[in-house]
Amino acid sequence: MQTSDSKDVEREIVVPGDLLDSSGLTPGPGTFNEGKNIYAAQLGIKSVRQNVVGVVPLSGQYVPDRGDMVVGKIVDVSSSNWLVDINSPYPAPLHVNEVPWRVEFGETKRFMTVGDVVLLKVINVDETRKIHISMKEDGLRKLTGGMILDISPSKVPRVIGKSGSMIQMLKNSTGCRIYVGQNGRIWIDGDLDNIVRAIKAVKLIEEEAHSVGLTEKVKKLLGDTVQETESETDGRNTYTQ
Amino acid sequence: MSKDVMADLKRDHIVQLLSKGTRVDGRAFDEMRPLTVEINYVLSAEGSARVRLGKTDVLVGIKMMVGSPFPDTPNSGVMTTNAELIPLASETFESGPPDQESIEVSRVIDRGIREGHAVDMKKLCIEAGKEVWIMFLDIHALDFDGNLFDAGNIGALAALKSAIVPAARAGKGEDYPMPISHEPISVTAVKIGEHLLIDPTHDEERVADARLTVATLENGSICAMQKGGSGSLKMDEVFKIIEMSRKRGAEVRAKLSG
Repeated sequence: MQTSDSKDVEREIVVPGDLLDSSGLTPGPGTFNEGKNIYAAQLGIKSVRQNVVGVVPLSGQYVPDRGDMVVGKIVDVSSSNWLVDINSPYPAPLHVNEVPWRVEFGETKRFMTVGDVVLLKVINVDETRKIHISMKEDGLRKLTGGMILDISPSKVPRVIGKSGSMIQMLKNSTGCRIYVGQNGRIWIDGDLDNIVRAIKAVKLIEEEAHSVGLTEKVKKLLGDTVQETESETDGRNTYTQ
Repeated sequence: MSKDVMADLKRDHIVQLLSKGTRVDGRAFDEMRPLTVEINYVLSAEGSARVRLGKTDVLVGIKMMVGSPFPDTPNSGVMTTNAELIPLASETFESGPPDQESIEVSRVIDRGIREGHAVDMKKLCIEAGKEVWIMFLDIHALDFDGNLFDAGNIGALAALKSAIVPAARAGKGEDYPMPISHEPISVTAVKIGEHLLIDPTHDEERVADARLTVATLENGSICAMQKGGSGSLKMDEVFKIIEMSRKRGAEVRAKLSG
């Protein structure tokens, strides 16, 4: 979904209402059409892939989508639900049937409570934007230790990089376990110094997301210690989409 | 409300870093964030300043009008301070009437300016018992990342220093600069575990056990204090905060004059 570093010759920035195409392309995300004319619905960068024209937003709130892996934060507990803030405009309920444990009615607090951080999957989002989330798949769990940081959800593809190259470099260089939620929330765990380095790198990626030569800059920031922790990363959880 | 909840592991991370002697943003414990001050930011105000303290962004404006003095202080002007924490600044701010937080912010800033005698209120008297200048000090948080007290205080002082009393407009003689007699600067510290941190960010404020704001004058004397949070402070911790406040306050004061 993200424009690549080299191939796209020009990155045209569009504002809502800008005409994107009238030659019969298919309207993609971030657009609307009137007849044959396709217009931008968001501030962002125009992207044309095959015959779909879309807008990659420059910023904005996370809008949940089916299949997204997200990092959530529990903000409320009731007898059969946890209410999870997934950085979207509205919190999502996590029902007891959607966790890997057998939870009796009213026992929810014994498993997870307010302030806990969890890795979840968005199962479905219906027309009314009601979110169905689950923790039942492999790898989904409550996260302990480490640190979370929030970045703009539109910058997530940059943190992951082309087929996971950026995130792999971060992991190799810092030896940290890193989960990048589609909602712009990133969990990093490792030893303290490495967490701090990884956070710095992620912030750099967020700030300079659209600049050329980003990979080099990140490499420079992570610098000399690239080799020493490489062996540690084997067998760690490595999730990228 | 949901945005108020802080992830436990974030809290642990902050505390862990502190025990290693650093803060999340890499600052020293007694270091303030980068400060920028732009005066005369709003041209329609008598005086104004926009202050950025790290990611905290505050706009302070001063308006003046002629009115009657309070009966118990017939020959001094009147000052009113108001803090507006608009929802645009933070997810945790709600619109509507001022809440506890914004009342505390305005009162602490007001106290520093008032009790530090930043303005010589006697010189804002036009005719004793009848007419005095009424000054409105409005503090708007534009972006919030902790420590509105100090950002607001710095903004208020900078705005006052740049303000012109609009006497000609009101038909009361010639315009004259705001009569400044002292320069109170407040410095806020929070206590997290055993550590004392100056100029806390929003995350640090949320983790903090206790908070103390100390406003000092040029000669180092204390003119206002406010303690917040449910935790307690030991005597020597209070003295340590006062000492840090004097030191950092003097630096800020020098920056405002420079």
